[in-house]
Amino acid sequence: MELCPLIKNILLLDSEGKRVAVKYYSDDWPTNSAKEAFEKAVFSKTQKTNARTEAEITMFDNYIVVYKFVQDLHFFVTGGENENEIILATVLQGFFDAVGLLLRGNEDKKEALENLDLILLCLDEIVDGGVILETDANVIAGKVDSHSMDSGAPLSEQTITQALATAREHLTRSLLQ
Amino acid sequence: MAQPLVKKDDDRDDEADYSPFMGIEKGAVLQEARVFNDPQLDPRRCSQVITKLLYLLNQGETFTKVEATEVFFAVTKLFQSKDIGLRRMVYVMIKELSPSADEVIIVTSSLMKDMTSKTDMYRANAIRVLCRITDGTLLTQIERYLKQAIVDKNPVVASAALVSGIHLLQTNPEIVKRWSNEVQEAVQSRAALVQFHALALLHQIRQNDRLAVNKLVSSLTKGSVRSPLAQCLLIRYTSQVIRESANTQAGDRPFYDFLEGCLRHKAEMVIFEAARAITELNGVTSRELTPAITVLQLFLSSSKPVLRFAAVRTLNKVAMTHPMAVTNCNIDMESLISDQNRSIATLAITTLLKTGNESSVDRLMKQITNFMSDIADEFKIVVVDAIRSLCLKFPLKHRSLMNFLSNILREEGGFEYKKAIVDSIVILIRDIPEAKESGLLHLCEFIEDCEFTYLSTQILHFLGIEGPKTSDPNKYIRYIYNRVHLENATVRAAAVSTLAKFGAMVDTLKPRIFVLLRRCLFDNDDEVRDRATLYLNTLGGDGTVVQTGDDVKEFLFGSLDIPLVNLENSLKNYEPSEESFDINSVPREVKTQPLAEKKAPGKKPTGLGAPPAGPPSTVDAYDKLLSSIPEFANFGKLFKSSAPVELTEAETEYAVNVVKHIFDGHVVFQYNCTNTIPEQLLENVIVIVDASEAEEFSEVASKPLRSLPYDSPGQTFVAFEKPEGIPAVGKFSNMLRFIVKEVDPSTGEAEDDGVEDEYQLEELEVVAADYMLKVGVSNFRNAWESMDADCERVDEYGLGPRESLAEAVNAVIDLLGMQPCEGTEVVPNNSRSHTCLLSGVYIGNVKVLVRLQFGLDGPKDVAMKLAVRSEDEAVSDAIHEIVASG
Repeated sequence: MELCPLIKNILLLDSEGKRVAVKYYSDDWPTNSAKEAFEKAVFSKTQKTNARTEAEITMFDNYIVVYKFVQDLHFFVTGGENENEIILATVLQGFFDAVGLLLRGNEDKKEALENLDLILLCLDEIVDGGVILETDANVIAGKVDSHSMDSGAPLSEQTITQALATAREHLTRSLLQ
Repeated sequence: MAQPLVKKDDDRDDEADYSPFMGIEKGAVLQEARVFNDPQLDPRRCSQVITKLLYLLNQGETFTKVEATEVFFAVTKLFQSKDIGLRRMVYVMIKELSPSADEVIIVTSSLMKDMTSKTDMYRANAIRVLCRITDGTLLTQIERYLKQAIVDKNPVVASAALVSGIHLLQTNPEIVKRWSNEVQEAVQSRAALVQFHALALLHQIRQNDRLAVNKLVSSLTKGSVRSPLAQCLLIRYTSQVIRESANTQAGDRPFYDFLEGCLRHKAEMVIFEAARAITELNGVTSRELTPAITVLQLFLSSSKPVLRFAAVRTLNKVAMTHPMAVTNCNIDMESLISDQNRSIATLAITTLLKTGNESSVDRLMKQITNFMSDIADEFKIVVVDAIRSLCLKFPLKHRSLMNFLSNILREEGGFEYKKAIVDSIVILIRDIPEAKESGLLHLCEFIEDCEFTYLSTQILHFLGIEGPKTSDPNKYIRYIYNRVHLENATVRAAAVSTLAKFGAMVDTLKPRIFVLLRRCLFDNDDEVRDRATLYLNTLGGDGTVVQTGDDVKEFLFGSLDIPLVNLENSLKNYEPSEESFDINSVPREVKTQPLAEKKAPGKKPTGLGAPPAGPPSTVDAYDKLLSSIPEFANFGKLFKSSAPVELTEAETEYAVNVVKHIFDGHVVFQYNCTNTIPEQLLENVIVIVDASEAEEFSEVASKPLRSLPYDSPGQTFVAFEKPEGIPAVGKFSNMLRFIVKEVDPSTGEAEDDGVEDEYQLEELEVVAADYMLKVGVSNFRNAWESMDADCERVDEYGLGPRESLAEAVNAVIDLLGMQPCEGTEVVPNNSRSHTCLLSGVYIGNVKVLVRLQFGLDGPKDVAMKLAVRSEDEAVSDAIHEIVASG
């Protein structure tokens, strides 16, 4: 008997149910079409609910799904029928908050796709093969973001500086002409 | 990484669906991956390309074998870069590509270097990647590092090694088991998650050693676990230990105090885990339940939907076994009916339905009606099931509940949902006589507009049985005959059968039914016409008001008590000839797969007459096998063949099991022998049977086995005569006698000279159950009522102290060898009484039905009331004798 809490999948979908990033840890959905069918079912069942202040929960096909939405991003964590719902909710919260930290509060689909590498690393740090690795959002985000700290200023800021530099260069050149 | 990954459009703000991956294409990205081979690596560029590749994979794109290999080799080049961010992406990419064994070798050295790196992040990730992609051979090389990593002072590294250990335990248990000491040390770690992972791994290593698990649990429950997740694990392990340490009296249950203590933990997940564990304890008392119910009740009014859901779901389960314990929560539960979250509302309603009393039914029904329209089908089914059981509990309320069911039956819904409603109505009609007429009319109205063929035919069949017995059968005819006009062929055929049943049962309706049936003779479907013709003939064609003969009724209403598989086989074997097909020649035995076949999955091709493979043909095959042996050919029709009974211990030199074949006046023992010694050849194998403890039997024939080579099973037979038609019982002791010859293993040749030898087998018994065929009936109640009550014999028995009610029920079923009906062989947990229904055919083809009522008398004593009905009172008495002597 499997006694260790297991996560079946973690999904991040957009407001039309399309994938932003998904990770499956179980063989329950062997093909991509099975996965897509599951995502479609989850999305259509939860779409109309208001899961913006508190995480919501539903149960279907013998799975428990906890979910939370922000802007056009829909976060889902799925577990087996007998899983402790609160453990699943803890994992969801960890993922949700970590993404919030990594996107620096700009949680929307565009920002998420532009930082997809961070989202993928984040998924990699939360669960390993179904076993929960970490649930503390600060720790998760810290692990994901550690490299950009090392290389000095955060990348986004760096690019803004770069952009300013180029702009200044352009300006001076045009003035000189 | 604000810099977009593809060139951005100037007016991207206007475009709502902007994506940096727009228009991305696999071929192009694979081309881009060439940058991995540049001598001067650009880490950021490489990261972007990997992200694109991962994006493609994530969207369900697949790489061909060649593409994957190419990408993999390119990615391995990136280990040269010192950029931490890029290295992270490389790790993720390698895991996604899940390289083949020969590819793994390429990265092994790079990963092993990272595993011993000074950077914690490298160590942790390299361990996870390497353990994911490696096979067992490499594992021994890195084992030393893994053991070190488990006790690494960096928690991330330790967790990585422990979690990898959990995965590796599935494939390489012997290696992971060697890490126990390190894992045990990690259990004491200060880092919460390390403790959690270590505990999970330690338990999995020891899970088959009950004593060790016991020790682990009792030492940790004293309180050294910090992490909430680890605490949840500990609760699960504890309840497992409680479950396995059976036979303790309620009251001093071990570890209950620990579970109760966890109810006061500060983490909600621990509180809930403990509460759930308590409610699931075997035979939980209401005193033990109370504190768990109290915390769950608090969760019910939480602002978090997840907590409310978890609590109401658990309470719902408790309500099935301990409705009284949950009634305290009823007020909180009622406020949940209007919960935004429909799953919570549904669970709340069904819990209330289980715990509610008769006076609250009407109020609840009103609330549910408002709510049914906006929940999903699967929740509706849950509600319907709850209403059905409520109706059976309060039969007086059947009117409002039946009304509710018929209302929802008219609304939109899928097949499963409609089926649940129809099933519920059918059950109510069957069990509550007053509900019958209104229920049947609801069903009639439903089939007027029913899109599901299956449901229409089921309802028509049911109408045919119940309709004629009502006060005014006339009113159903219109509904049924409408089907003949309006529906597809399957439903039309079912409607014809139903009409015929009305015609057979209600004599006054007969002439009119005939008119209707004659019209069906012009139907354009073969089956419909055939049925109409058949029924017109069986009912006595001239259409006058006459009594229908009993055999016609039996034909129309009797259930087909022959397994369909058997009938199909017999029909296939039937060759057209003068002699017409005799349905009585079809074997009635419900086939169970013989033990011998399950046991030997990869056995060698068997000799002639060995138990044939494939379950459906066993009985036929036995029959054929026995009639092909001249000595047994005149024994008549084979009544029953038992499942094989082992006469030797497993793993002995010679494996022998026996199948008992029962004929009317004979019994044949078929000994299936297997020689498991390669160096031996057995010849003239025969079983010497001593029947001194079986007085009514006398040996008449035996058929030795000429030769029994290594590992190819063979049979030898012994036949006994016994008084005709009498269920004689007795004990037989068996001795295997044979001539053994040495075999040269290199050539396979046997020596010429052999030695006579004997081998003692276990005893064999012919018991009363051997004279009973397991034959089920589809509707026990109908079958029971159709049997003559004069042949009923009732008596009570004390079965003495038993381990459990379930054990007593199974013992009686085994003793009688009959087929349990309607799933009544399953005894619900904690029940104090149980009714079990059995059916079978006794030797001489006498149908027997048995109703067993069990009750606990004192703590362990089981009392049983046995009621038998059969076609022959002598047989009813015989069944009682079996029980009395058994």
